[in-house]
Order: sequence, then structure tokens, then C-alpha cells
Amino acid sequence: MEPLSWIEIIGRILVQLAPVWISLAVIFACSIRFKRRLGLYGRIFDSRIGMIGFGIVMFWTLTGFFSSAFDMIATHDPLAQFSGMKNKLPGTPLNNAEAGEYAYFLLGGDNLARDVFSRVIHGSGVVVLIAPLATVFAFLAGITLGLPAGYYGRRLDTGISFVANLILAFPVILLFYLLVNPGIRQTGVPQYMSMFLFAFPIVFAAVLIQSRYHTDPVKRNLLMFSSLAILGYAYINVINTPGTAISFLNAIDIFDPDPGILNVFVSVVFVNAPTVFRIVRGLVMDIKTRDYVAAAQTRGEGSWYIMLWEILPNARGPLIVDFCLRIGYTTILLGTLGFFGLGLSPEDPNWGATINDGRKLISIYPHPALPPAISLLSLVLGLNLLADGLREESLKD
Amino acid sequence: MISFILRRLGVMALTAACLTFVVFFLTNLSPLLTNLAKTQADMRMSDAQVERWLGNRGYDRNIFVKYGEWVGVVPGYVIEGADGVIRARCQMPGQAIEDIAKYCGVLQGYWGRSTRFQEGVGDIIQTRLGLTGILMFWVMIVMVPAALILGVLAGMRESSKLDRSLSTFAIGTTATPEYVSGVILIALFASTATGLKWFKGTATSAMENPTFENFFLPVITIALYGTGYIARMTRASMAEVMTTQYIRTARLKGVAFHSIVIGHALRNALIAPFTVIMLQFPWLLNGVVIVEKIFNYKGVGWALVEAASNNDIELLLGISVVGVVLVLLTQLISDIGYVYLNPRISVS
Repeated sequence: MEPLSWIEIIGRILVQLAPVWISLAVIFACSIRFKRRLGLYGRIFDSRIGMIGFGIVMFWTLTGFFSSAFDMIATHDPLAQFSGMKNKLPGTPLNNAEAGEYAYFLLGGDNLARDVFSRVIHGSGVVVLIAPLATVFAFLAGITLGLPAGYYGRRLDTGISFVANLILAFPVILLFYLLVNPGIRQTGVPQYMSMFLFAFPIVFAAVLIQSRYHTDPVKRNLLMFSSLAILGYAYINVINTPGTAISFLNAIDIFDPDPGILNVFVSVVFVNAPTVFRIVRGLVMDIKTRDYVAAAQTRGEGSWYIMLWEILPNARGPLIVDFCLRIGYTTILLGTLGFFGLGLSPEDPNWGATINDGRKLISIYPHPALPPAISLLSLVLGLNLLADGLREESLKD
Repeated sequence: MISFILRRLGVMALTAACLTFVVFFLTNLSPLLTNLAKTQADMRMSDAQVERWLGNRGYDRNIFVKYGEWVGVVPGYVIEGADGVIRARCQMPGQAIEDIAKYCGVLQGYWGRSTRFQEGVGDIIQTRLGLTGILMFWVMIVMVPAALILGVLAGMRESSKLDRSLSTFAIGTTATPEYVSGVILIALFASTATGLKWFKGTATSAMENPTFENFFLPVITIALYGTGYIARMTRASMAEVMTTQYIRTARLKGVAFHSIVIGHALRNALIAPFTVIMLQFPWLLNGVVIVEKIFNYKGVGWALVEAASNNDIELLLGISVVGVVLVLLTQLISDIGYVYLNPRISVS
């Protein structure tokens, strides 16, 4: 068979991505149709930059979703090696492909004769799952600590700020080398850290419900019991893993996260949380001088009610913008971890590791390294554009 | 002012102490020490042999004692090992066991010995820091003027076509981490695939003789990531200054646009970017680690990767001290500089 020309390669890639295009079209059509009723989300579609950013982000989210949940889009197994395909150029046909097998390597083969296209597609799955989730946890930790630090000030603020600045004074890569390695995993340090960091959502939910509904004990008890039961069960499942440092509740443990992924996840949350803390603290110190906070204080509201239901909603604009930027930064951090070969298994198709693999032969064969590099670049660019659009729209009122 | 600086230096010392203790603790966990023993002596050692190797070299003692030795407030160990050899922490190569110093730690100016390079940590850091210093210097020379010019040009006429395109460029560079831009730049300008072999894809030869050909790509890779960020800050501050009353007065008076920008707006617009540029130093450190790995330039970042992947405890501690001093010193300078640039703010 003849190798494909560039036009055929692009055409075939576009066809492979068909499920993504269809879903994108549906999402955009619905959102633009109802954009007046969708609040801040709908307003993204008023700004061109925001719309482009949202499109790129959704493209990768859908690609990650379809490839890891339904095994669509990718043409081959990302770990399988094919004979005679080592470092082959994009569009090379497989040697005697079997029936039902995709007959081409659309973006060529890497130095272990694996399909570059499938590896890039599968690499998106980990990123679009972990980056937003880690950012959510970093935000919950940062908000839970930043609110009281900014509101009460004094010693509490000095203490927490010192610890936050201490973490920020570490060079990030040194911290990653110290926290993400198999030796540390044996001692259970990541699990103790996850025990600490994953407790913040539970504390946050409990304080949120208590401060809002403490005047209505029946409703409070019902909400408190149900949310704590769900969150607590998830918490135990995540931190408890048989055969490791924390394994005391094996009876009700049904789900164990992959230790490598947990290690990566925890350290990314740990690196991000202090910055979020500083942002929240600054915002709270600004907002607490407003009249409506003084009004709530005069009304006799509790301090946690004021923090969570008066201050936090009014800080949402900058926080949402920073949330988008921070997902992008987390994506860069995940890539850095992969690039230094930390955390995930060496053959895992995450973008950072693939870039590092391809880098070694880049002056002769650039095709294995460029697709993951451009994918990572475009995802972060999309998130930054989305944040920019959101900022513009939220400044309008 | 003096008391402010003294207080900041005190916080700095406390932070450095806490941070090095954390590094010390994490590198002295037992699985890591076992790995260290195996890579230093013999990969196929039994558990008992590992324990004896660590015991002979004083690794198995209380962590606070070991940390105290490193700082120089606890006397260095002298251990007669199970193999009959007397080992002492303070024994320099070629020194007799009788005339060694009692204390040897950071306070005495002794930074320990690297297990990876078999050299004094002080010497390694000195040479590596010099190399990284040259890299950082050129990065600053390229990055700061480029970012300021871009920012001022974009900010002087807000939402003009020039502003739109420069801002898009700035967003693009902040979205490109060094490991992506480095790879793309090498593929474009140093590979056989495009045929443009303008620059070299490695900077190993730049350690002795930095030239435009072998040093341009690493410098531009680090500079690109920071440029966008500083340019955006400059743009925001420039745009804000351009809306103030005194600029409007100058325009109404009929002062030429270029002399408004240069004579009236520039100084006030550069206060905010100054802080940002100073705070970029610690960020540069990260970029330096990645770029030194990509271009095989053996500076501090390269030494950090080597030390961390071989659990070289004392070299890691030395590098973290360098890192934390750099971070906190730049924060201090940015605070002091801010006061001088903006007379409305005072620290006391």
C-alpha cells in the first residue's frame, strides 16, 4: 500500500474525531440558542475569545471522554508495538494489517513502534480528568483556610501564611522529586497527605450546612447526615488501601486509586493550594470592609455565615477566572511530572512523558514529539483564552 | 526601614531552616536510604548488609542529631564501624583522624559531600551556579526589554489592533511551558526534518564557550514563557496610567503622543512590572531546570535533577538553600524597590 499524503492524513484524522465534532456542534447549538438563560456560562458565547477558548477546552474534554470511556477515536492500542513501524513517518501503512485493524499509523510511529496518534488521544484522558479535579481540591483547601485567615487576621493569618509561603518557597521540581517517587509511596507519606488534603471538602461541606441551616435543626440534620455519609464513604475509599500504611477499614473499602496517580494527584493539589489560599485571603481582606458585611455583623450573623454566604459569593468573579487559569497551570505541572518521568508508569501515554521520549531523537524524527507538545499547548491556550473571555464578560457589569 | 529588613531576614532564616528540615526528613526516609546504600555500594546487598553500611556511616541515627550535624550545632560523628574502619563526618580527604574539627556544618562553612559526584557540595554549587548565572543573565537581557516594549506598545492604545495582536501573542507564550517550546524550537530550527540548521539543539559546548549558535535556543526557550506574563502586567498597568487625569491634561494641552508615553506615563507604568520581574526569578529557576535537561547544559538545574534522582542528600540540601535564598531575597528586593519607586507606600 502507498503511504498517505498530508491531505489524506488530515482528512482521516478529522473522520476519526467525528464523535467529538458531533457533540461539539450539539453543545454549541444548544448553548447559543439558550445563552440568555444560562448566566455567566451563556455570556462566554458573547465574546469571540471566550468562545474559541471554550471550543478548544471542550474539544479535549470530549476527546478524553470518548477515548477513555468508550475506547473510540484512537486507531490502535496505545501500548501495542507493531513490527517494522519504528520511527515511521506519518501516514505509513501497517505491514500486512489484519482484517478489522486500522491500516495506517496516521501520525507515524515512535521509537518503540507504537502509534503516535493513539498515544496522544489516550494521553488526553488522564489530563482532562485529573487537572480539573486536582484544581477543585486545591480550591476547597485554599478557600477553607483562606476565609478564616483573611477574616480573622492576627495570629491565625500569620501562622497559615507562614506555612503557605514555606511551600511556595520550594522550587516546584524539587518538591515533585521529593514527593513523587516509589520510595515515598512505600512509607505512606502520599496517603497521609491525602488524608489531610481530602478532609477539606468534608469540613467545607459541614461548615457550609451548619452555618446556613443551624436555625432549622431538622433540615440541618438531614442534609448534614446525608452529605457527610456520602463524602465520608468516598473519603475512606480513597485513602484506605489494603496492604499499605493506611489499611484499617478494608471491610467497606471497594475502590482503590492507583498509587501512582494518587501520588501525582496529591502533590499537584499540595503545590496549588497555597497560591489559592493567598488569592482567597487577599479577596476576603478586601471584601470584609464592605457595607453589606458590616450589615450582616450588625444583624448578629455568625462569622462562618458571613464568610461563606456573604463574602465568598461576592468573590466568585476573580475566583472563577483563576480557576480556569489554574487548570491550565495544573496541566503544565502534570506535563512536567511526566517529562521528568515521575509518578505514572514509564509506558503510560501521558503527554509529558511522550514529549520526553520523543525529544531524544528530535533532530532526526520530530514527528513523535510534536503532536503531544502541540496538544498540551492548545489545551492550556484554550483554558487561558476561556479565562480571558470570562474576565472580560464579568467586568462588564 | 532597617527593622523591616532585619525582620524579613529573620523570617528568611526561619523559612530556610524549616525548608531544609523538610528536605532532610523526606530524603532520610528508610526506603530512600536503602536505595542510596544499594546504588553507592552494591545493588545486590542483603538487608543486613544495607543496615551495616548505613550504620557505619551514621545514617541510622536520630534525624534531629543528623540535622544538627549538618547545620553545625551538634558535633560531627566519629564511628568505628562493624568493619573496623573509623569514619568521621568532619574528616576531609587526606586528613588524619586525630586532627579533625569537632563541628562541621553549614555554620562552619562546610556544606557536606555529594554522594553522586564524590566532591564537596560547596564546590559543585559554586561551579554550577556560575554556569546557571550566565544563562539567567542572558535570559534577563532578552526577556525584560522585550516584555516591557511589548507591554507598553500594547497598553498605550487600549483595544487597538496592535493591542489585540500583542495580547494574543502574550497569551500564547504563557500557555507554552518550556518543555513544549524547547521541543518545538529544536524541531523547527535545529533538525534535519525542516532543513533549517540555524542553531544547535544542545548547549553542552556553551558551558565553555557560549556563542549565538549554541546559546540562543535555551535562552529564548526560558525567556518566551516569562515574556508573555510580564508583558501582560505591563500592559495592564500602562493602560491604567493612560486613563488618569494628568495624561488627559497633557493630551488636551497638545503634548505630542510619543512624549506623553515616554515622558509622562512610562515611569508610573513601570512600578507594577518591576515587582513582577523580581518575582519571576523563582519561576525562572523552574524553567532553568527543564531547559538545562533538554539542552544538556550542566548548571544548577541539571545538578538538582541528578541529585534528586540519586537521593544525594547533602547536595539536595545545598541546592534547596540556594533556591530558598533566591526566592526570599527577590521578594525582599521587590518590596524595597517598590517603596523607592512609589513614594506613597511606606513599609513601617
